[in-house]
Amino acid sequence: MIRYIVRRVLFLIPVLVGVAFCVFTLLYLTPGDPARMVLGDLATESALQEFRAKEGLDQPYLVQFGNYLYKAVFHGDIGRSYVTKRPVMSEILVAFPYTLKLAAFAMVIAILVGVPCGILSAIKQYSIFDTLTMIFAMIGLSMPVFWLGLLLIILFSVHLRWLPSSGFDTFQAMILPSVALAAQSISMVTRMTRSSMLEVIRADYIRTARSKGQKESIVIWVHALRNALIPVVTLCGLQFGHLLSGAILTESIFAIPGVGRLMVDAIKTRDYPMVQGGVLFVAVAFSIVNLLVDLLYAYIDPRIKAQYR
Amino acid sequence: MNENVEMVATTGGRKTRSQLGEVLFRLRKSPLAMFGLAVVLILIFCALFADVIAPHSYSKQNLSHMFEAPSRQYLLGTDEFGRDILSRLIYGARVSLQVGFIAVGIALFVGGLLGAVSGYYGGWIDNGIMRVMDVLLSIPQTLLAIAIVAALGPGLMNLMIAVGISAVPNYARIVRSSVLSIRGMEFIEAARAVGSPDIRIILKHILPNSMAPIIVQSTLGVASAILNAAGLSFIGLGIQPPYPEWGAMLSGGRQYIRDYPHLTLYPGLAIMITILALNFLGDGLRDALDPKLKR
Repeated sequence: MIRYIVRRVLFLIPVLVGVAFCVFTLLYLTPGDPARMVLGDLATESALQEFRAKEGLDQPYLVQFGNYLYKAVFHGDIGRSYVTKRPVMSEILVAFPYTLKLAAFAMVIAILVGVPCGILSAIKQYSIFDTLTMIFAMIGLSMPVFWLGLLLIILFSVHLRWLPSSGFDTFQAMILPSVALAAQSISMVTRMTRSSMLEVIRADYIRTARSKGQKESIVIWVHALRNALIPVVTLCGLQFGHLLSGAILTESIFAIPGVGRLMVDAIKTRDYPMVQGGVLFVAVAFSIVNLLVDLLYAYIDPRIKAQYR
Repeated sequence: MNENVEMVATTGGRKTRSQLGEVLFRLRKSPLAMFGLAVVLILIFCALFADVIAPHSYSKQNLSHMFEAPSRQYLLGTDEFGRDILSRLIYGARVSLQVGFIAVGIALFVGGLLGAVSGYYGGWIDNGIMRVMDVLLSIPQTLLAIAIVAALGPGLMNLMIAVGISAVPNYARIVRSSVLSIRGMEFIEAARAVGSPDIRIILKHILPNSMAPIIVQSTLGVASAILNAAGLSFIGLGIQPPYPEWGAMLSGGRQYIRDYPHLTLYPGLAIMITILALNFLGDGLRDALDPKLKR
């Protein structure tokens, strides 16, 4: 198992360097002179030259990337915002807890709603409940998060006046954005739980458990669910990563000061170091979540453990 | 899959048509897939003939008819500039389908090529291409599209490129796995034995026999591309006003959400129905193209 963990962690390193390279290259190729963006249009040529030399912008491309990577890894420095002039990392660290809280809250909702619905759908396959659940799951998958967010605001904030339409500081304020963000994940978790459960309840060992006279509730909730949930765990991990990036739109609708909103504002003001830092930060978080999911998967699935024994 | 492959490989054009007929026959048995197909055909019709069927201009402002509720003259009401919402939705179908199909076309071309080369040659080429795809896959698709748009700037063409490129790894993986399952088969060896060049083997023998998963992924991919593009336009990074893109229409209407919710209701509904239809069609095609579900 330790061999697997070490291998998986080592595999993450080239991936993260690759992500940093992609993000750096993409924004390196963006037209515009960073020195002029920082110093403004009135800056003299000598001031611009001095800035380029100080920041290493006059170095060859690969040297610049090397410097960027070195500073990011050893000093946690991923540049300075053109607009606020503050370090990108400190801006992101202020915003990230909002994004993380939003994604985590949405994930909890997705699991609490999706898993029971999927199980009941599988147990009562082809019933009205199953049909309705699958129709709602399909609608949930097709509904844009930004539209659902607006519909929730119209209903719960404008008409019923039950919940606030913006912010993320109180529990009430967290409900609408989290539900809007969770909708697609609820649908995916429901569908995955249902199909995984349907596969498992036809397995031989379930028939054996039933033929031993085991109570149906124990067969379903103890024997079947344990194995049926293995692929669901993987899906939840992947979904959590997508929720982190999906939060960009949700934050924009509900005026939540998270990383997504920071990035959208940065793109509009052409604050490229902030965009670069934001993409890199979320991609690294996504990769780490994927790593943790793989490790969790290996932990709960004895077949993977056996391979590395 | 293998049955499919052998059937296509050992038969001529006539049987290929009958295979298509059989797929359509199976597709017809799924009411949801037929609903999806009908909606997609209606949308394509709207996109092609928007100039004829739209009751008003999509861009003509009429400040004496701002924020009108649905009426006989304006079936879905008017927006903040007095423009007819129905006409803008009809023209919006043109934009959305264009973005969806072209973005998938870009993803399919680049991803398909990389996947085919990777799967066919194997070894270090496969390893190299797939590691790059792993890197791209570790950036969430929406985020990658946002980063590309940030670099290229907003606009229709850039939006299609961003959404297309961000989907490349998905297609590369699917095509690669299809190619891997086919490349060791006898008819490929036979083609190699008679001296067919690699490019001909890939284009004439391997890709046509890997079509089933590619068709399914492309149908679902159009839905996801439309959704991604609408999301980017919603946050102001996609198509710019006054061109009527559904996501941009939603974004424009959100500031009037308290008093005029119809400004956001209809564009959202249009996106949802389109995505739903494409998902139903994609699911239906997956079942129809799966030889294991035959009969």
